[in-house]
Amino acid sequence: MNGVNDFAFKIGTVNGTGSASANGLLMRSIFRMGIPVTGKNLFPSNIQGLPTWYEIRVNADGHLARAAEIDMAVALNPATYAKDVAEIRPDGYLLYDSSWPLPQALNREDITILGVPFGRLCVEAFTGDRERTLLRNIVYTGALAALIGIDMEVIDSLLNETFGKKPKLLDANHKAIRIGYDAAVELLDCPLPFRLEPMDATSDSILIDGNTAAALGALYAGATVGAWYPITPSTSLMEAFTAFCHKYRVDEETGERKFAILQAEDELAAAGITIGAGWAGARAFTNTSGPGISLMQEFLGLAYYADIPSVFFNIQRCGPSTGMPTRTQQPDILSMAYASHGDTKHPILFPADPGEAFEMAVQAFDLADQLQTPIFVASDLDIGMNDWMVKRLTWDDSYTPNRGKVLTAEDLEKIERFSRYRDVDGDGVAARTLPGVGGKGAYFVRGSGHDQHADYTEDSAAYCELVDRLRRKFSHAATLVPEPLVLTQEGAEIGLVTIGGCDLAVREAQALLREQGILVDVMRIKAFPFQEEVKEFIESHETSYVIEQNRDGQLRSLLMIELGIPKDSMIPILDYGGMPLTARVVVEAVAGAPAGVPA
Amino acid sequence: MTSIAKPVVAHPRLKTNALGLTLRDYEGGMSTLCAGCGHDSVTAAIVQATWELGIEPHRAAKMSGIGCSSKTTAYFLKQSHGFNSVHGRMPSVSSGAAAANRGLSVIGISGDGDSLSIGLGQLSHAIRRNVNMIYILENNGVYGLTKGQFSASADIGSKLKKGEVNEQPPIDPVLLALSVGATFVGRSFSGDKRQLVPIIKAAISHRGLALVDVISPCVTFNNHEGSTKSYKYTRDHDVEAVEADYIPVCEPIEITGLSNGSSNGNGHATNGHADGRPANGDGDLRVVQLHDGGTVRLRSTDPSYDPTDRANAYQHISGCQSRGEIATGLLFVDESSRSMHDVLKTTSTPLVDLGHEDLCPGSAALEKLMGRFC
Repeated sequence: MNGVNDFAFKIGTVNGTGSASANGLLMRSIFRMGIPVTGKNLFPSNIQGLPTWYEIRVNADGHLARAAEIDMAVALNPATYAKDVAEIRPDGYLLYDSSWPLPQALNREDITILGVPFGRLCVEAFTGDRERTLLRNIVYTGALAALIGIDMEVIDSLLNETFGKKPKLLDANHKAIRIGYDAAVELLDCPLPFRLEPMDATSDSILIDGNTAAALGALYAGATVGAWYPITPSTSLMEAFTAFCHKYRVDEETGERKFAILQAEDELAAAGITIGAGWAGARAFTNTSGPGISLMQEFLGLAYYADIPSVFFNIQRCGPSTGMPTRTQQPDILSMAYASHGDTKHPILFPADPGEAFEMAVQAFDLADQLQTPIFVASDLDIGMNDWMVKRLTWDDSYTPNRGKVLTAEDLEKIERFSRYRDVDGDGVAARTLPGVGGKGAYFVRGSGHDQHADYTEDSAAYCELVDRLRRKFSHAATLVPEPLVLTQEGAEIGLVTIGGCDLAVREAQALLREQGILVDVMRIKAFPFQEEVKEFIESHETSYVIEQNRDGQLRSLLMIELGIPKDSMIPILDYGGMPLTARVVVEAVAGAPAGVPA
Repeated sequence: MTSIAKPVVAHPRLKTNALGLTLRDYEGGMSTLCAGCGHDSVTAAIVQATWELGIEPHRAAKMSGIGCSSKTTAYFLKQSHGFNSVHGRMPSVSSGAAAANRGLSVIGISGDGDSLSIGLGQLSHAIRRNVNMIYILENNGVYGLTKGQFSASADIGSKLKKGEVNEQPPIDPVLLALSVGATFVGRSFSGDKRQLVPIIKAAISHRGLALVDVISPCVTFNNHEGSTKSYKYTRDHDVEAVEADYIPVCEPIEITGLSNGSSNGNGHATNGHADGRPANGDGDLRVVQLHDGGTVRLRSTDPSYDPTDRANAYQHISGCQSRGEIATGLLFVDESSRSMHDVLKTTSTPLVDLGHEDLCPGSAALEKLMGRFC
């Protein structure tokens, strides 16, 4: 497992002590050395004082799902020593702060224990509690640089970029990095057997989190109205959108802004603002997480029934209720698919990484306008808040927003009567008008029964005509949403079906299983409604596993309901403890279970 | 049952407004409310006010929630887009529509059920946000569409038709609005078109959210002895503060003093300035003949009543309330208020009219930005 450019380590600290910037520095340094890397921030729902961890995985082959094994723990929080030590693989390493003795009870004979007196070094070199606490993070970063072979020039240049405008801070950081590096070289046998060697595998890539990428997608798609209520882990999406709008959408001369971002009183209002703006003709969105999705149910039904374009980013987290707000999951698949009372169905896009979060954000706005309905973008905490290595985002300047069927004043002059909900084209999508168009374009939108002219009705036939049109529209949506990604191997009889952020772990599992002589095909579903080829993939494999991150197998249920696939032909692999999926979970489930027998 | 369109008959001698439109052009579908419903009078006042102001019908957006009051958006401005949303959520939908297109004149209609219970939060926050809209709250103290339960504006001691007595304190939307920073607060009575029309006109012209609470009796469930929202009770206890004068569109609101019955030539009762009148407590009681033949007793306020002073307005309204009276008129206005669009610094071109080139930074900017993520 361990070796050059193939290992994982985990740093345990206390939240609120400034370790986040040090961890980012570590990861970015490795990335700048051209080596594929990923970081998972495992943080508490708390501001200061509770344990927090950061896992960094390095993998030359680009397997960047969460690592199944920890080669080294960097234990800096005495409160979690026991847990940190226990997680180290046999023959692994523990790096701890030897300013204080490590409790004997924590000794493990099968690991190598490395001590550097980070605390004492900081006391000697710096003054003041705050400075000592903050710089301890940089000191351990320096020690790690010596242990795993990070290029100090890369670290120095990153520090210069970060603190260039603050000379005092810059000097202190340079000093701290050197103290840690020198101490490790002096006290320990550097470098370790697993270490870094420069590569050239990251030059076309970036490190970005999915919320930032989705915000960029919204910006580039031309979204002008954003409504939200703060909720982890979706908050940073609107914060990023706000920052980008201030950078790119403010008139330099007048200070006028080409956007309106409204922090609402709750998620109900955020949904209402989004729908009101969508109806008025803006590209509008809201971002939320599970509890917000619950609160938005009524409005989602209105937007579905009244054909109103709107985009809902759901950065999923562990439910139910408040659940574990800083842990990842895919628990809202069913509550998005059928959100609201009455017969409702909503298209959902499932990005697998920040790169797709960017692309699908743009697609979502086009789909919302084309289909005149709410579109979900179902990300999760791992995609949304962690830095992933993905290909550089690019933009095609020939893109023009697909605004769907919108009648202008000129269009209206040519027709006898405007009927808001008349399906002229047979695709279930009727042309709309925007408020302000004038002429005969006015109509009355309502959540109560309405006929094709948008007039109130309690007539059975008129009601059925309308809801049947919405069903046609949903079928039409299947032709517009992205198709699944299928990775086949000659001779494979097992199919792995998965979704969203499970992608990397499942692909890695495909490679690991192949090493064991087990050939599997992979299909990652990118959207709901499902296309026929989703069904064909499952039917064409003797055994299919459905891999997802929730307790009840919601994707599998949706496949059964929507495609009529028999329950027993899909074996669930469920990982719902709140951590990003590892390939090991998939490998053990597939290799450990006799084919055809449910796990 | 489907909606009922009103026959359009254009009488050649109908008066036209500045746009050459007649009152009929500002009407909507046939009302399906009970005969005598106060809400229909409010609808008529809205038709009158928007016609007089010369609002371009297609520039108006009619917003509502759920309830009898919310149905009324179908009964006026048939050439305007309308949005009958979900219960208690009209304010957020209006916020979105107003944010997206600042060229729209957003007319929100709600009721006491829709606004003071399920929608209390949304009402309060729309006021705080100072959304560019008029918010008319048709207040009858009762849930009409579900056949006569108390609403949150029912007074203590007020009786339902079947005799049940309300024992919970009422929420007064006017006091609530003042306490959460409203920048325009008016109250009137559905049966008092003379007072209501100018208030609506002033409200539409206000920059920011203008709340107009209209006591609008429910003839079916809450217009009997014992109801404090009945025609009789309201007429007996209506206390007028300050009237709004005729306000041309897009000009600042001018506050004038008390009514003395003179005319401004536009066919409306107007206000003489209060200067020179002696301060004499709550002023004189006067009896005014209303358009429907009823009378209303109006007590003029202290000539020194200053509708730009929030604390003073609060004191006046709560003072009336403690005497069982209802303060009406234009009760408070803050002419210097910053509306939602002022605060958001939104571009003067409505967001919906911006082209993609105005919004998308393009490939070169993205390429440059990628440097931040390496």
